[in-house]
Amino acid sequence: MGHAFLAILKRDLTLALRHRSEMANPLVFFLVVVSLFPMALGPEQETLTQVAPGILWVAALLAATLAMDGMFRSDFEDGSLEQLLLSPHPPSVLVLAKILAHWLTTGLPLIVIAPLLALFLHLPGQALPVLLGTLALGTPVLSMVGAIGVALTVGLRRGGLLLTLLVLPLYVPVLIFAAGAVDNAAAGFPVAGQLYFLAALLVLSVTLAPLATAASLRISLG
Amino acid sequence: MFLWFHKLGSPKIFYRLAQRLTPWLGGITAVLLVVGLYWGLVVAPTDYEQGDSYRIIFVHVPAAWLSMFVYMIMAVSGAIVLIWRMKVTEAIMRASAPLGAWFTFLALVTGSLWGKPMWGTYWVWDARLTSELILLFLYLGFIALQNAIEDRRTAARAGAILALVGVVNIPIIHYSVEWWSTLHQGPTVSKLDTPSISLSMLAPLLVMAVAFTLYYVTVALMRARCEIIDAESNSSWVRELARQREH
Repeated sequence: MGHAFLAILKRDLTLALRHRSEMANPLVFFLVVVSLFPMALGPEQETLTQVAPGILWVAALLAATLAMDGMFRSDFEDGSLEQLLLSPHPPSVLVLAKILAHWLTTGLPLIVIAPLLALFLHLPGQALPVLLGTLALGTPVLSMVGAIGVALTVGLRRGGLLLTLLVLPLYVPVLIFAAGAVDNAAAGFPVAGQLYFLAALLVLSVTLAPLATAASLRISLG
Repeated sequence: MFLWFHKLGSPKIFYRLAQRLTPWLGGITAVLLVVGLYWGLVVAPTDYEQGDSYRIIFVHVPAAWLSMFVYMIMAVSGAIVLIWRMKVTEAIMRASAPLGAWFTFLALVTGSLWGKPMWGTYWVWDARLTSELILLFLYLGFIALQNAIEDRRTAARAGAILALVGVVNIPIIHYSVEWWSTLHQGPTVSKLDTPSISLSMLAPLLVMAVAFTLYYVTVALMRARCEIIDAESNSSWVRELARQREH
């Protein structure tokens, strides 16, 4: 079982590395969306500092959601997803490997690029570690919950927009705790409470989401 | 012991039963609605603080209750759909979604109308209003998913998973929103908590709540019958029914 998990992880990572340009898309999207805000709100430093946590998190959330659509698509189209579900290993473990690989190739780069964008928006220096911490705890939750939506819409021709409708309302708790933590850090308040909540959401989603995703895939594949 | 459950699972028997119940339920709903509205809007005393504008709660509160109740019904039917694959509960789940969405919408509209004289603005990011808004988004996502999937049974099972995921999330969303709004703006006026409600206002409220629930049951049964007859259009009993209509 562990072997199968690692095999799928390795396969998906290799596939992603061979398509580097696709990996860059969510990053560029993140960058462009964040740069739109100063143009819309004006370049004043105080305004930007004030709204930076919210903007960074909403943009990260949208970038993660748009990248989500590709999680199972190519495997669905070439039939390997069906083979995956037919294998003797528990599908939830295999699905977890796929989600992890997807997060490593789309979520992790967002965290790497976030300091640059924080600089763009004049986020106070003491809030930066908290921003990275919330992204590290929060984006895996987005991938986990999003995977359920992707699995439900994978068989549909135009599932992309529908996917955002299904999963964005479910992202509300992550957004509230993560943006709240960064907001508090920028103002110099303690942030442990929100980080604990995010960690709890992560544990909950790692436990339950693979099961729901596997069940959804079975339904979508008929 | 489970024979009645088993029987009710047959689309044909359920259809007949729903058909027979509908006029009774509809009649009781109409009577209760008239009684409840008259009692609430005319007989019940005026509130000493809010004047007559509080009377919107006789619509608002039942709608808000139903908006959550209907989602629970959908989640429970969803679990039954996934475990026993009952066609009847598929129909009930699909029939309930638009009704729940409308109850949520009604609760939001009446809430913001009540907010205008009370808070001085139509919309406040109050914890309850925000949770209701997100509940509306959940309903709309469910309906969009049902419309996107062609095959009825696949759609029902996908919807069942979505409803169950939603029901796990609703308490998390609710408490995170509540926590968020207390941080941002301090505690706002909460409707029923301030002085505990007097019996002269509570009684019509309960009548209205029962009326709304029965309305939901009536219309859900009617919609479920349409779903069933559409899904079973190739079976012999539906053809028999259609033949009887022609004569």
